[in-house]
Amino acid sequence: MSSLLSLRNVWVEYGDKVIIENLSLDIEEGSFVSVVGPSGAGKSSFLRLILGQEGPSRGKILLDGTPLPPECGPDRGVVFQRYSTFPHLTALRNVMFGHECDGAPFSARLFGSARRKAREEAAEMLTAVGLGANLDSYPAEMSGGMQQRLAIAQALIKRPRILLLDEPLGALDPGIRADMHELISRLWRDYALTIVMVTHDIREAFTLGTRVLTLDKRRHDPQAPHRYGATVVYDLPLDKENAQVTYHAERITIDEVRNN
Amino acid sequence: MRWVNRQVGRSNRIFLGSLPILLLVLTYLFLAVQRHEANPADKILPLPSAMVSSMSALIMEPDKLSGQFIFWADTLASLQRLGIGLGISTLMALAVGLLLGILPPVRATFGPLVTGIAVIPPIALLPILFIALGLGETAKVALIVVGIAPVMIRDVAAHVQALPRELIIKAQTLGASSWQVMIRVALPQAMPRLIQAIRLALGPAWVFLISAEAIASDVGLGYRIFLVRRYLSMDVILPYVAWIALLAIAIDFVLVTISKRGFAWAHGDDH
Repeated sequence: MSSLLSLRNVWVEYGDKVIIENLSLDIEEGSFVSVVGPSGAGKSSFLRLILGQEGPSRGKILLDGTPLPPECGPDRGVVFQRYSTFPHLTALRNVMFGHECDGAPFSARLFGSARRKAREEAAEMLTAVGLGANLDSYPAEMSGGMQQRLAIAQALIKRPRILLLDEPLGALDPGIRADMHELISRLWRDYALTIVMVTHDIREAFTLGTRVLTLDKRRHDPQAPHRYGATVVYDLPLDKENAQVTYHAERITIDEVRNN
Repeated sequence: MRWVNRQVGRSNRIFLGSLPILLLVLTYLFLAVQRHEANPADKILPLPSAMVSSMSALIMEPDKLSGQFIFWADTLASLQRLGIGLGISTLMALAVGLLLGILPPVRATFGPLVTGIAVIPPIALLPILFIALGLGETAKVALIVVGIAPVMIRDVAAHVQALPRELIIKAQTLGASSWQVMIRVALPQAMPRLIQAIRLALGPAWVFLISAEAIASDVGLGYRIFLVRRYLSMDVILPYVAWIALLAIAIDFVLVTISKRGFAWAHGDDH
């Protein structure tokens, strides 16, 4: 088994409201998984599960074969659509934050040679994402695209096992998006990352991903729409050379007229 | 042009801003002169000359009984009480507000208590403070603290609690512990709000200070105002009130400057 992250029969329920039902999934190391699906189909819940922001109501999530604690940790990095950077820190300090937490449990600040080293590494990471000229800018002084670059650099400095992207480009305009696609692809290759990206943009999902997951409800009860949760309805591994798409058609029972 | 779009330049702003103040002063002078024409010994609306002569005695001549310059002794005593009260309240707001805002178990435990204390009218506690702490400085400072600290604590706590959840999550994915989230994420972002809370608490703090001084004291701006009230000495009361207003404006100005200098990132429009 080379799977880095496995979800085994995972359910997420709030009271009698089912968000995710019976989701089983393996994510291999080094893959770029795009997650698409209609609004309210549990994309965010799915991401929160992997992030550890909340635990599953039933089922198991394993990272490297060990159960995931229901708490965020440095092995999973994240970039949100907004509020991903600390507004009170400059770009450089934002990226150094990870090392400072590591190196100084009490003061969370580094001094001397440790600080210089963290500073150099942070500057290098910022240069890699194209922010070499903005080391001392505050996030409020940056454009939306630059802020997301900063957020990515900040997450990558900890070398996370998985990088989670929650609609990272949702608020950016198309030109900037294209640049960001290139950046994310490059970082994914250069740093051998495992990425799970939630997105609204189907094209983005297919251009960037090596595998596209579609979350949706398989069954729909018009009288009680909340009683059925979402799960993976399409799982498309994209072999970029000879695209071979496997539909899990036999598992899909969505009725267009919704009379089942 | 619509009125909502009319921007006022700097020099015009100063002119427009001073207009109502000037008008008020002129109205006062007009009424005072009128009263003095009818009764030269009028005490209700003293003329500026009377204010200057009685104030210069308080400012520049030592008191015959105590040998102190009364005006300065009053100012010093009041500012000291206000400063200690504000200082203690600020430290409490920062420490307690931060803990309440960021740690859900602490909020669950102490939130109701802080809310309960905050809704008690502080003046109702004044007798208790006088009985428990005596009539000295402690009771006056305590009144200020009891009066403003709960509101400041709640304000800071609410602000910290309202920080985007994403930031707290992000910090944790970068390896931060609860303590590190507190001092590196919540504390710096609470600071501008804390200064804002001090500015808002300044008004009530003066109210409690003057109240405490009016009831039991032997020196202080509030004490003096309530003392000379017995002699209808409006020529002392009015300058004292103006002086208190000036002090309040000065403190507010200092706080704004500290906030802008120290936390430029929080004043987005100043970039």
